[in-house]
Amino acid sequence: MIGPELRLTGVGKRFDWLPEPLLDDLSLTVAPGEVLALVGPSGVGKSTLLRMIGGVDTVFAGHVTIDGVEAREAPPAGFVFQDPRLLPWLTALDNILAVRPQTARDEAAAILARVGLAGYEQAYPHELSGGMQRRVAIARALSVNPRLLLLDEPFVSLDRALAREIEQLLAGLLDADHPTTVLVTHLSEDAAALADRAVVLAGRPARITADYRFESPRSRRDAAERENIASRLAEAALEPTR
Amino acid sequence: MPGRGPAAATGSWGTAWRALPLELISLLLLLGVWQALATLFPGRLFPTPTAVALELWQHLTDGKLLADLGKTLSRAFVAFGIAMLLGTAIGIAFGRSRLLDRLFSSWVVIGLNLPAIVIAIVLYIWLGLNEFALVLAVVLNKLPLVVTTIREGVRSFAPDFDDLARAYRLSFWRRMRLIWVPQLMPFVLAAARTGLSLIWKIVLVFEVLGSDGGVGFRISVFFQFFDITGILAYSTAFILVVFAFEYLVLRPFEGRVLRWRRRSSP
Repeated sequence: MIGPELRLTGVGKRFDWLPEPLLDDLSLTVAPGEVLALVGPSGVGKSTLLRMIGGVDTVFAGHVTIDGVEAREAPPAGFVFQDPRLLPWLTALDNILAVRPQTARDEAAAILARVGLAGYEQAYPHELSGGMQRRVAIARALSVNPRLLLLDEPFVSLDRALAREIEQLLAGLLDADHPTTVLVTHLSEDAAALADRAVVLAGRPARITADYRFESPRSRRDAAERENIASRLAEAALEPTR
Repeated sequence: MPGRGPAAATGSWGTAWRALPLELISLLLLLGVWQALATLFPGRLFPTPTAVALELWQHLTDGKLLADLGKTLSRAFVAFGIAMLLGTAIGIAFGRSRLLDRLFSSWVVIGLNLPAIVIAIVLYIWLGLNEFALVLAVVLNKLPLVVTTIREGVRSFAPDFDDLARAYRLSFWRRMRLIWVPQLMPFVLAAARTGLSLIWKIVLVFEVLGSDGGVGFRISVFFQFFDITGILAYSTAFILVVFAFEYLVLRPFEGRVLRWRRRSSP
């Protein structure tokens, strides 16, 4: 069950409060089952691109297609926001059922168990730790669409140990299911840990300044290789745009 | 990881009754103070709680207490229902539309500050001393408060949840049920509680001003005879009804709707 192909063609986005367009004529293709990291400084337009792919932002120039279908008309992706964004009045289980009512309760409980939350079905978000809330958000995304995951800075505001925990969880899920995944991050280390490919965005309007495909699979990357990848990405992000 | 998920929440009834004893002690204390003062300053115009209780029993068994209570309560509940429904709809519209809000916000300000008695007198003159005029006067007094509270509730909606709804393609009705109504509910309950306490008082005042029955009407009759025991007996009966409503209806409902908040407290 490999993920769909993502294609962005001539994408442009302008905000009234910005003197220049944020994105202009940007094109990018993500192969089925590929884990693409969008790396770049804050405000470059990474999250905006993710919102376009997820059908949250529908007002832009160009086309975003998922297996040939316009993103806004395609089945929803499994979107993981920067914050867990759980509905505080619903339990962990009901948060999953809320976004996909056709999911059976047993199925939702199984997805929670898969992210290590068996027994927490009836817990409200405020009764869970920050890391556990992230796990529920990931479970919710998986329940909606395990073939296409959109991860918007999933490690932001987590301490190092917790970020590592969530990173390992995601790596396991990506290796098991091979979903097409777009990971937005401003940290090249995150890309080095999870991605098959990293695209560096810089400037305004944002341009692709580097596009790396990593040869070794993430499960075989050791600390030295990760560090090497991360430093290459960081250098590319710092290069002046032409 | 913290401990396993907590046990299922205790029923709303259980919570309501657990909170009762201290408040019961508080009421007994009030009765004690009243009794002590009435003993210190005896007189026809300052009856003891016992005398009031006996009078209350007499009106309950021989008099028109139940009929009067029925009239007042039906007026209050009809006015409350209309004001809540209408006020919630208008409040949502004002909260969502800046244009509507700016166009009509001065009406709301006028409504909030117009003395209740003025509205009642004007409506009685225009429509006559009838049931419709009384209920309309109560609704018009209560409406601006509901509109204001609900409007603020709608304005406080978290836009992040709208993004969530868009990302997961939630239908309009699912957004309404799962995202908007839960965010609005604390404001609806606040409007209901403040509104109800306002309505009790307004209905009684308007009944004193002009009606053919009800607690307010009967109190005005007692007033003609300086019958303070009768006034206090009727007031006590009314307060008992208010308490019953608070503990048997409002609090259990609030506990059920906001149980996710209650479980956050240690």
